[in-house]
Amino acid sequence: MAEKVLMKGNEALAEAAIMAGCRHYFGYPITPQTEIAAYMAKRMPLIGGTFLQAESEIAAINMIYGAAATGKRAMTSSSSPGIALKSEGISYLAGSDLPALIINVQRGGPGLGGIQPSQSDYFQATKSAGHGDFHLIVLAPASVQEMVNLTFKGFDLAEKYRMPAMLLSDGTMGQMMEPVSLDMGEITEYDKSGWAACGTNCERPHNVVNSLFIDPEELEKYNIERYERYAKIEETEVMYDEYRMDDAEICIVAYGVAARVSQNAIDKAREKGIKVGMIRPITLWPFPKAVLNAAADKVKAFISVELSMGQMIEDIELATRCKKPVLLCNRVGGMIPTTEDVLNSIDKANSVGGDK
Amino acid sequence: MESKRITVFAGHYGSGKTNIAVNYALKLREKFDKVNIADLDIVNPYFRSKDSEKYLEEKGIHLISSEYANSNVDVPAIPAEAYAIIDDLSLRAVIDVGGDDRGALALGRYVPAILEQNDYEFLLVVNKYRPLTPNCAATLEVMREIETACGMKFTGIVNNSNLGDETDEETVLASVDYANEISSATGLPIRMTTVKEELYDKLKDKVNNCTPIKLYVKQSWAKQEEDLWQK
Repeated sequence: MAEKVLMKGNEALAEAAIMAGCRHYFGYPITPQTEIAAYMAKRMPLIGGTFLQAESEIAAINMIYGAAATGKRAMTSSSSPGIALKSEGISYLAGSDLPALIINVQRGGPGLGGIQPSQSDYFQATKSAGHGDFHLIVLAPASVQEMVNLTFKGFDLAEKYRMPAMLLSDGTMGQMMEPVSLDMGEITEYDKSGWAACGTNCERPHNVVNSLFIDPEELEKYNIERYERYAKIEETEVMYDEYRMDDAEICIVAYGVAARVSQNAIDKAREKGIKVGMIRPITLWPFPKAVLNAAADKVKAFISVELSMGQMIEDIELATRCKKPVLLCNRVGGMIPTTEDVLNSIDKANSVGGDK
Repeated sequence: MESKRITVFAGHYGSGKTNIAVNYALKLREKFDKVNIADLDIVNPYFRSKDSEKYLEEKGIHLISSEYANSNVDVPAIPAEAYAIIDDLSLRAVIDVGGDDRGALALGRYVPAILEQNDYEFLLVVNKYRPLTPNCAATLEVMREIETACGMKFTGIVNNSNLGDETDEETVLASVDYANEISSATGLPIRMTTVKEELYDKLKDKVNNCTPIKLYVKQSWAKQEEDLWQK
């Protein structure tokens, strides 16, 4: 096993990107993700990579488009309002079938909001990261080690399916420090010869990277083809983690920092004899629908623990076809639900249907 | 405990300065009536000495910190009150400097007065397990950058090599050569080797100036956990 180091979430993510072969980072500073840019600024020149602080978020995402079009692994990072600025470019990446990794270290919103942690960009990441019909692969780490593993995974999935992926982190995940191993194994090489615009040597036809189609029938064809790929991803790439679900009567659904708090609450509730467990989505898109739907036949209630006003709760209700009530336990604006908040919700869920 | 009137902790980002500064201030308070701790961090948005403010005030230690720390205001400001650490000769001061040369820049404005009074210690906090300071050469580079940014030379080293929750006896022992190498390369003494309390007995005779510390600067949910148990 590789030696461990003590890293801040944001730094661990940046180093993992470098180890995953990313040599092109373009970004624009914003709290609470600036460590990623600072780390890249220090490391990239030492390894022959490119760090560039763009003049704006919009410039940065379009630089990503350029680097990705040549088949290189490229990454940008920002926090909530900055991601909103990047949304046009993200749509262009999706429309041109380009792989790239976009990091969102979420902070409180809407508007300028605040700099404390939040998960209020769930809708933005999973439903509407830009205009047009498209999805991002959305990965949600719940530890510094997962920041590393999912960065690696994000680059891999993006290239495998030729689409942008997003790592949806939050301020706490970005700022906390934990020991990590940076040993992530081999990078899978994908054949990019069919699309990457990296010089023909006059030996093959040009590859054209583009999202504009004059003929509506052709545009429709690409949209349909893309959704066939999405269907395959929903079938094969769902990731989640289960915690004490074996005999659970209440199922908490939470990701990122909310899952860390929930885990503590579950242990406490179990001490009181309440059978509660957790399904933690690791991919927010594709959402772990099947496992939640199966759980709905066993548990009496779900609790969505979020740092948002009730966003993921909609996906839980859809996935479970509203078979069982879904309670919301949340704090927003930069606040994190406490263990006690979650325990109170567990008590409420436990009394659902008079079944105590 | 021998100490100068002003003790300044600086070092690489995430090396553990804030937690050591809080521990050191609490230790000083056992011997001195007036102890202030100044948080000069203008870089870090979370996990700051401000988190321990209530506890520190209860222990009779005054915290000088940006009124914006831990708020939603993203302004790197230091209050005028920070000059008290220079002007008030009756108090013992602990200064917690932000990480790297960027953080040390904020210290610069107090340096001429600190040097003139010449009753200070300037301690470099090091952690071998931080990936950008894994060896002597890389640590010396960070050290020189900090010295250049603030205009003051270090007077000692604090070896705070740790792997967070996973730190054990071996973790600390494996950092002894690293700390010694920095010490001989710079001629600076190892003023403390900081270890968590439960490791103190095992390590006190094996490392230089073994100093037990508590973890005061915590992840937010871990802190909530503790509050819950105290209720």
